[in-house]
Amino acid sequence: MSETQVFRTVAWSAGPGCHGGCGQKLFVEDGKLVRIEGDEDNPWNEGRSCPRVLALKQYMYHPDRITRPLKRVGARGEGTFAPISWDEAFDTCEQRLKEIRDRHGAEAVIFAQGTGRDIGGPITLLAYSFGSPNWVQLGLSGHSCYTPRLAAMKTTLGDFVVADCSQFLEKRYEDPQWRPPAVIIVWGQNPTMTCPDGFYGFWIVDCMKRGSKIITVDPRNTWLTGRAAHHLQLRPGTDAALALGMLNVIISEGLYDKAFVAKWVQGFDQLAERAREFPLDKVAAITEVAADDIAAAARLFARARPAAVQWGVPVDMCPDGPAVAHAITCLSVVTGNIDVPGGQVIARPAYGVTTYPFSTEELIQLYGADLIKRLNEKRIGADIYPMVKNFRGWAQPDVVIDQVASGKPYPIKGAWIQTANVVGGQSARAEFHLKALQQLDFIAVVDLFHNPTTMALADIVLPAATFAEKDSIRTWWAPLEIMTKRVQVGECKSDWEINFELAKRFNPEGTKRWNTLEDLFNERLKPSGLTFREIAEGGAWKMPPEGATKPYRRHERGLLRADGKPGFATASGKIEVYNDTFRSWGLDPLPFYTEPAQSARSTPELFKKYPLVMITGARSQLYFHSEHRMIPWLREKMPDPLVEIHPDTAKKYGIDEGEWIYLENDMGRVKRKATLTRKVKPHHVHTLHGWWLPELEGKAPSLFGVWDYQINKIIPGPQNSKSGFGGGQYKTTLCTLRKIAG
Amino acid sequence: MNAMAQYALLIDYEYCTGCHSCEVACQQEHDYPAGTCGVVVREYEYQAGGRVRIDYLPFFTQHCDLCKVRRTRARDSLPACVKHCQARCMEFGPTTDFAARLRDSANVALFTHAPGR
Repeated sequence: MSETQVFRTVAWSAGPGCHGGCGQKLFVEDGKLVRIEGDEDNPWNEGRSCPRVLALKQYMYHPDRITRPLKRVGARGEGTFAPISWDEAFDTCEQRLKEIRDRHGAEAVIFAQGTGRDIGGPITLLAYSFGSPNWVQLGLSGHSCYTPRLAAMKTTLGDFVVADCSQFLEKRYEDPQWRPPAVIIVWGQNPTMTCPDGFYGFWIVDCMKRGSKIITVDPRNTWLTGRAAHHLQLRPGTDAALALGMLNVIISEGLYDKAFVAKWVQGFDQLAERAREFPLDKVAAITEVAADDIAAAARLFARARPAAVQWGVPVDMCPDGPAVAHAITCLSVVTGNIDVPGGQVIARPAYGVTTYPFSTEELIQLYGADLIKRLNEKRIGADIYPMVKNFRGWAQPDVVIDQVASGKPYPIKGAWIQTANVVGGQSARAEFHLKALQQLDFIAVVDLFHNPTTMALADIVLPAATFAEKDSIRTWWAPLEIMTKRVQVGECKSDWEINFELAKRFNPEGTKRWNTLEDLFNERLKPSGLTFREIAEGGAWKMPPEGATKPYRRHERGLLRADGKPGFATASGKIEVYNDTFRSWGLDPLPFYTEPAQSARSTPELFKKYPLVMITGARSQLYFHSEHRMIPWLREKMPDPLVEIHPDTAKKYGIDEGEWIYLENDMGRVKRKATLTRKVKPHHVHTLHGWWLPELEGKAPSLFGVWDYQINKIIPGPQNSKSGFGGGQYKTTLCTLRKIAG
Repeated sequence: MNAMAQYALLIDYEYCTGCHSCEVACQQEHDYPAGTCGVVVREYEYQAGGRVRIDYLPFFTQHCDLCKVRRTRARDSLPACVKHCQARCMEFGPTTDFAARLRDSANVALFTHAPGR
């Protein structure tokens, strides 16, 4: 037997599929991965692993994996592809995309990614080298994932914040500076199922063992809600009313941190006035949470020192997501929990190294103010929504697909789709997305497996690498981490390699300072004073040093502002709970509540027809969004797309456990297998998204059965938000249940 | 009465979240195909104290060999399930050590596991 070599690296993107961050050890024999184990020395996960990363071998060496570049040889959707060389694949992409650029301008090509993976870095490099402003999370209605929260935090605080579970400290829970949060509000997130937004979910469980009490805000019952001191089981989409009601209790009862507010907060009186519009009885009526529970939870949170909030994507999916995030952020601000141990700490990428740009400032740093300004002018949605124009660099997804269909105000002719299953994944109005995209002249799809999107749309398919097969860098807060390529599968290339090659072809002048990808990484790593190789050889991670990217109390120490003065990185130097930036964008400078677009209150007639609120988009340890259904070790643990129905409701509709039924509304119907459970309230149903069945026929019209199982087929668009960010109706769409037989 | 098992697995079932890491860790370690596993996690849903409560508990099957081979690779190596448990609710060790600790423990399950039973 040949010798086994062990290499330390970091998981991000393909493989587990997720937002990543955990240290992993690759056991390699004869150039092949034979085993993977969590890296005990990486402080992120301390040796632990999720089932998806532990199934990496089955994922990497799956017989269905795409391992060579492909070109379409039949009609679009026919699903017939032929292998080609990388040279031919790159030449075709270059030629076809340049043709579109020459004829219609660079903005006529959209660059689409899915979730927060190691795509944001390479795809912005490619889009901006090509000259297109249209970087988009295509299909994600309202761009309802983290960007609304990021926008609210950045404009209010001048920075982003996260719940402090010691993740910025090398010694973690043993560091004497750190204290466990006395209370953590887990708001619209199920940390035992997922590690979103640079946050390892089980840090919450670690804190519970160290004494943290939990308040849950969740319409469902979960392992965590059953263990919470208070479980606020709200009606989906009413989070802003709940947050404002809690603020009202905290402010009116004088439970806020008066010294912190006096010294560091601007606009407190206006916030107090707004919160007064949300008395408990009104909030209880809106949210379906008992007034006493809301008050008790607010008091527990306000009296706890320190206290933290860990939140999730349902915040973004509320109508006017940024306003909801603004309200929840104010809870941490008025209680003085900002940048204190065990509170809500300011989160900057370790050493100031950017991989996945989270703000306009980071984009300017990477690509220059001139280019970013020029791109802002043509970005889809920027003329409608000032927040889309002025915060970060995304085109507005709902407007993008409408423009693809209409050709107005300018035509879209090509799409670069990178590890994003637009047809089978996040797209609200999924069928409309397919129809609109079918009109394009050229579509390249980068992915690891065939899926409804490659089958229906791709002219060229480029085979991407898993994290074990690639070099990359990662700073989603801390630590700064390095991925190193240790194995090769087929002819697969990393997203960075693919985009680097094409970026050089589209913009030779702007990219000539990098001979190799490692040159680019080393340029980005410069603030750390270390090279790619040095970090890789040092164990693959580095925690931030003392200074601007490491907690605590940086506002007191003059570490946040460019001028070096104490204060926050806002215009006033204070936390602007009265949000002047929002005001300058024509938005309400104070948090407010919007009723979901569909509900008993807003659409009573529709509610009569469709009396169940359908909650979708929850996370699973077994599947990352629309991935992993072909992995045997994972699929056997949840073989079917389930819908959770309360037993009383099932009885009313005459539905039995295990029965296949339709979820139905005016947009159509989708198949699910019923499971009867009290995890949901009687007037809610809950189902996972991302279902298509890789074992079914891939060629159109079947597309792996996507139109039988794609739940986003019956999620409407456009979004429900004044800012252009937030309000995708993934958790508030109304439906009914229909038996399949008879 | 059987002889006492030399080793045991202690599960703090207050903290098992049902994440499935133990199961896939076991399948990878032993190269078991889907359908075969040394540990199986089950969910228990019930009502208590006016709340819906969801608990989980792993059970060790005859396919569990206590990672006999794995533990010879490195002397202090933990079974694959215990090492990867995300909630850190599983411990492995000599049965006698756990037995001594049980008088100070609550909400734990002790599996005195003898491979090949």
